[in-house]
Amino acid sequence: MIINRLKHLLSAGTALVSMLVLWAVPASVQAEWGLNLQRPVTEIARVQYDLHMLIMYIVTVIGIIVFAIMFYSIFKFRKSKGAQPAKFSHSTKAEVIWTVIPTLILIVMAVPSTKALLLMEDTTESDMVVKVTGYQWGWHYDYMEEDVSFFSKLTTPQSQITGTETKGENYLLEVDNHLVLPVGQKVRILLTARDVIHAWWVPQLGGKKDAIPGFINEMWIRADETGTFRGQCAELCGKDHGYMPIVVDVVDESQYQAWLDGQRNKG
Amino acid sequence: MSAAHGGYYLPDPTKWPTITSMGLFLLALGFILKLHHLPPGPWLMIAGAVIIVLMLCAWFGQVAVESEAGRYDAQVDTSFRMGMGWFIVSEVMFFGAFFAALFYTRVLSVPWIAGEELLWPGFEATWPSAGPAGATFIGPDSHDVGPGQFSTIGAFGIPLLNTVILLVSSVTLTIAHWALKKNQRGALNFWLFVTVVLGAAFMYFQVGEYMEAYNHLGLTLGSGVYGATFFMLTGFHGFHVTVGAITLAVILVRCLRGHFKPDEHFGFEGAAWYWHFVDTVWVGLFIFVYIL
Amino acid sequence: MTTTVADHHHDEVPKGITRWLFTTNHKDIGTLYLWFSFTMFLIGGAMALVIRAELFQPGLQVVDPHFYNQMVTVHALIMIFGAVMPGFVGFANWMIPMMIGAPDMALPRLNNWSFWLLPFATSLLILSLFVPGGGPAAGWTIYPPLSVQGGMGVDLTIFTIHILGMSSILGAINIIATIMNMRAPGMTLMKMPLFVWTWVITAFLLIAAMPVLAGAVTMLLTDRHFGTAFFDPAGGGDPVMFQHIFWFFGHPEVYILILPAFGIISQVIPTFARKPLFGYTSMVFAAAAIAFLSFIVWAHHMYTVGMPLSGELFFMYSTMLIAIPTGVKIFNWMATMWRGSMSFETPMLYAIATVALFTVGGLTGLMMAITPADFQYHDTYFIVAHFHYVIFCGSVLGMFAGVYYWLPKWTGHMYNETLGKWHFWLTIIAFNVTFFPQHFLGFAGMPRRIPDYALQFAEFNVVSSIGGFVLGYSQLILLVVVIKAIRGGKKASAEVWDNPEGLEWSVASPAPYHTFATAPEVR
Ligand code: HEA
Ligand code: HEA
Ligand code: CUA
Ligand SMILES: [Cu+2]
Repeated sequence: MIINRLKHLLSAGTALVSMLVLWAVPASVQAEWGLNLQRPVTEIARVQYDLHMLIMYIVTVIGIIVFAIMFYSIFKFRKSKGAQPAKFSHSTKAEVIWTVIPTLILIVMAVPSTKALLLMEDTTESDMVVKVTGYQWGWHYDYMEEDVSFFSKLTTPQSQITGTETKGENYLLEVDNHLVLPVGQKVRILLTARDVIHAWWVPQLGGKKDAIPGFINEMWIRADETGTFRGQCAELCGKDHGYMPIVVDVVDESQYQAWLDGQRNKG
Repeated sequence: MSAAHGGYYLPDPTKWPTITSMGLFLLALGFILKLHHLPPGPWLMIAGAVIIVLMLCAWFGQVAVESEAGRYDAQVDTSFRMGMGWFIVSEVMFFGAFFAALFYTRVLSVPWIAGEELLWPGFEATWPSAGPAGATFIGPDSHDVGPGQFSTIGAFGIPLLNTVILLVSSVTLTIAHWALKKNQRGALNFWLFVTVVLGAAFMYFQVGEYMEAYNHLGLTLGSGVYGATFFMLTGFHGFHVTVGAITLAVILVRCLRGHFKPDEHFGFEGAAWYWHFVDTVWVGLFIFVYIL
Repeated sequence: MTTTVADHHHDEVPKGITRWLFTTNHKDIGTLYLWFSFTMFLIGGAMALVIRAELFQPGLQVVDPHFYNQMVTVHALIMIFGAVMPGFVGFANWMIPMMIGAPDMALPRLNNWSFWLLPFATSLLILSLFVPGGGPAAGWTIYPPLSVQGGMGVDLTIFTIHILGMSSILGAINIIATIMNMRAPGMTLMKMPLFVWTWVITAFLLIAAMPVLAGAVTMLLTDRHFGTAFFDPAGGGDPVMFQHIFWFFGHPEVYILILPAFGIISQVIPTFARKPLFGYTSMVFAAAAIAFLSFIVWAHHMYTVGMPLSGELFFMYSTMLIAIPTGVKIFNWMATMWRGSMSFETPMLYAIATVALFTVGGLTGLMMAITPADFQYHDTYFIVAHFHYVIFCGSVLGMFAGVYYWLPKWTGHMYNETLGKWHFWLTIIAFNVTFFPQHFLGFAGMPRRIPDYALQFAEFNVVSSIGGFVLGYSQLILLVVVIKAIRGGKKASAEVWDNPEGLEWSVASPAPYHTFATAPEVR
C-alpha cells in the first residue's frame, strides 16, 4: 500500500519536479551555464545573489510540494480507478493552517530582504562620484571631482548586426570609451538622462537604476576585484534601446590614476 | 409585451449603440487627424459628433417613451439606478486621477526638482509653480504680468461666487425633487428652471475666468504643472457641468411635457445625482485648487 | 421616434447580419465577444510570432528595431485589451444570466454598446501600424517621455484606450447591475456560483481602475499636443508620476485578467472531481482580499525609479501579502480534488494545468516582489516569463477550460475530445518550451524589449522561438474544435457532464435563445 503510494508519487511528480530541479541545480553549477544570475563582484550584487538564491529555494520547495500533492491526487483519486468522492467541503482547521504557514514563510523572507534594501540605499561616505547621463542612444560619464568626462557608444559594426560579417565575441556588448573605476572604492553613481528614461545596469556590479530626465537617482558600487564588466540599458528608450551597452573596467588604484591623467591630457 | 418574459423589460434589437460606436470612431479619428493638421479631420469630427448626438437623442428618446408607456417595472428601475450609481463612481475615479496629479506635483515633484541643485540650480519649491523652466508666479489676481510671469485666480472672487451658485443650484434641484414627489408640477418646473439657469450662470463666469486667465494673467495650459492641473481639473469639471446642465434642460422639457410620476421618475433622479456629483467635485476643486 | 408597441417577437431568433449588429440578447452578445476575443488572440499571437521570429537568432533578420518595438507594444495591448478582457466579458454575458436565473443582462442596449465599441477601438489601434511614423513603440506601458516622442500612432493608441476603457466600464456596470439586481428569488449572495462572485469583484476593479488609465492617457495627450507639463520636469512635472498613475490602474488590471479565470476553474474542478468546491466562503473572501490588496501594491513595477526607502519597503510588504489569499485559492482547489473521483476531460485538464502553471508564475511573482532581488530581475526576460506564466497559463488556459466546459451548452454538441486533448498537450508542452527558458535568459541578464541580443543568449532563444511557433499554430486546433462543434457532433444532454452544479445545466443544450423568462426556483 505505502509502496504503491510512493510509486505513484514518484511517477507523478517526476516530469515537473525534474523541471523545477533543473531550475535549482544551476545555482551550484554557476554562471558559466548562463542559467543563473551572473557572478557578483560587489557587496550589493552578492547580497542580491544570496537573497535571490534563498527566495528561489523557498519558492522551489513550495512549488514542489504543490505539484507533488496535485499529482498525487491526480493519480490516486481518479474515477477510472473507482475512487469514490468524499463529501466534505470545508475544514476551518486546514484553512487556518494554509493561511498561517504562508504568512510565516513570508515573514522569514521579509527579514533579509529588508536588510538588503537598507544596505543598498546607503550612499553615504563615498570615495568618489560619477555622474552618468543616458541619452538616445549612448551614455555620458562625468567624473565630478576630476574634470574628466566623455561619451560612450556602441562599437559593434552594422555589418555584424545585419549578418554580413560574423559576430564578434562581445557582440553588442562593446563600446568605444569604457567607464574606468578603481577597485575597492565606494563609488557614488548619480544617474540622470537627457531625453527619455534609460536604466543603467551592469549585472555583476549590482542592480539597475533608472536614469530619469530632470531628476537624479543615486546608487553605489564598490567592486571587490578588477576586470571588465558588461551591461546594457534596461529601460525601453526607443529604436536603439537594444544598442546602448555599458562597459566598466575595474582597475587598481595606480592604473586608475594613470588613466585619469591620460584623460585630462586629452581634454 | 415584455411581461411575457417574467416582467423584466427586454428591449428589441436596437441600432443606436452600434451607430453611436461608429460616431465615436469618427470623432476620435477626426480629432487625431486634426491634431496632425490633416484636412479631413474637422469634417470627420463634425460627422462623428452629429451621429453621436442624433443617436443619443434617439436612444434616450426611446427610453423616455418606453418609460412613459409604463414598460419599466421596479426591477428595471433598480437596474437603472445601479447603472447610474456605478457610472458616477467611475467618474469619481477619473477625477481622482487628476486630483492625484495635483497632489503629486505639488507635494512631491516640485520639491524634488528644487532639490536637484545639479540640474536646476536656483529653482525653489513654491506653489503655485510652473517649474524651473516655466514662468514665475507673481501672486494671485495681479494683472500686470510681464513676460515669463504668471498670476493665478484668487479664491475669493468669482470662484467663491461660483461655489455659492453651484451649492444653491443643488438646493434648488432638491426643492424641485420634493415638488415632483408631492406632484406640485408648477413648483417642479420653476425650481428646475432655476437650477438650469444657475448652471448656465456658472458656466458663464467660468468662461469669463478662462478668458481672464489667458488674456491677462498669463495663466495657460502651458503654465507648467500649475496651469496643467488647474485647467485640466476645472476644464473637465466645466465639461461635466455643461453635460449636467444640458441633461437637466432635457429633463425640464420632459417635465414641461408632463413626464415623470411622483413615485417613478428615475430620469429626473439620475440627472439630479449627476448634478450633485458635479457639485461635490467643485467643492473639492474650490478647496484644493483655489483656496489651498 | 419609433413607438414600438406591445408585439415583441422575443422567441424568434432574428436572422442575417443585423441579428449580430443590433442584438440585445446576452447570448448573442456573448458569442460576439468570444469570437472577437479569439480573433484578437490570433492577431496578437501573430505579432508574438513576429517577435519570436526576430529573436530566433542574434542580429536583425526580420524586422527593423522600430517595427519590433511596435510589435511588442501592439502585441501586448491587443492580447490584454482585445483578447483576454473581452473574452471574459463574453463568458460573463453568456453564463452569468444563466447562472443566476435571470432572463438577460440588466441593461441589454448598453450591453450591445459595450461590445460594439470594441471593434471600432481596436481598428484605431491596428490602423496606427499603417500611419506615418508607425504604431505606438513605447511598450504597452507607454511611459513618457518616450511616448511623447511618438507620432500619430500614439494618439491613435490613446483614443483606442479611451474607447476600450468606456467599453470595459459600461460592461462592468452592466455586470454589477445584473448580479445585484437580477438574481432569481432564493439565489442569495452566498449561493452564487464562484464564477459570478469573481466577476462581480472584477467589475468593481474595472470601474475603479479603468477611469484612472483614461486619466493617465488624457494627460499624455495634453502633454503631447496642448503644452501641459504633467510629465515634464522643466514645468514641475515628473515622468514617474505617469508610472504611478499607470500602475495604479495596471496592477488591479492584472487581477482583472486573472479573477474571472479563477472563477471558471472553481466551476470546472468540482464538476470533474465530483465533489463540492472546498471552502466556498474563504474562496469568496480570498478573491475580495486579492482585489483590495491589488490597489496598494502598484509600485512593485517601479522599484528602480528611485522611490524613497519607505515606499520601497511598503510596496514590498504589501505585494508579498497577496501570496496569502492567492495561496488559499490554490490550496482550496487542491483540497477540492483531494479524495474526489476525478476524470480528465479537456476542461479538467486545462483547469489543472491552470492551477499548476499559474502557481509557477505566482511564485516567480513573489521573487520579484522582493525589492533588492528585483533590482536584478526588473526589465529582464524573467519578468516576461513571469507574466506569460500567469497570463497565458492563468487567464488564457482558464478561458480554454471554460470554452471546453461550456461549449456543449453553447452549441448543443459535444466537442471532439481527441482534438481537445491534442490541443491541450501541444499547448502545454509548447508553452513551457517557449517560456520556461526565458527564466534563465532573465537571470543571465537579457533585457526585455530588445530586437537583438548578445551571443550568450542565443541557445535559449532558439528553443523559445521554436516553442512559440508550435504554440501559435496549435491554437488553430481550437478553431477547428469550435467550428466542428457548431456544425455538428454528438448531441449534448442538458446536463452535459456528470451531475454538475448550477442553473445553467438545468436548461437544454444548446441553451434556448431566451432562458429563465420566469425565474427558476432556487433552493
Ligand atoms: C494575470 C496577470 C498577473 C498576475 C495574476 C500576477 C501576479 C503577481 N505578480 Fe505579476 N505581472 C504581470 C501579470 C500578473 N502578475 C505582468 C503583465 C507584469 C509585467 C508588466 C510589465 O512590466 O509589462 C507583472 C510584473 C510583476 C512585477 C514587476 C516586476 C518588474 O517589472 O520588475 C512584480 C513585482 O513584484 C509582480 C509580482 C506579482 C505577484 C507577487 C503576484 C501574485 O499575485 C502571485 C501570487 C501567487 C502565488 C504566490 C502562488 C500561489 C501561492 C501559494 C502556493 C501559497 C504559498 C506561497 C508562498 C507563501 C510564497 N509582477
Ligand atoms: C494576454 C496576454 C498575452 C498573451 C496571451 C501573450 C502571448 C504570447 N506572447 Fe506575449 N506579451 C504580453 C502579453 C501576452 N503575450 C505582454 C503584456 C508583453 C509585454 C509587452 C511590453 O514589453 O510592452 C508581452 C511581451 C512578449 C515578449 C517579449 C518581447 C520583448 O520584451 O521584447 C515575447 C517574446 O517572446 C512574447 C511572446 C509571446 C508568445 C510567443 C505568446 C504566445 O502565447 C502566442 C500564441 C500564438 C498565437 C495564438 C498565434 C496564432 C496565430 C497564427 C497561428 C497565425 C494565424 C494568423 C492570423 C489568422 C492573423 N510576448
Ligand atoms: Cu537607453 Cu534603453
Ligand atoms: Cu503588479
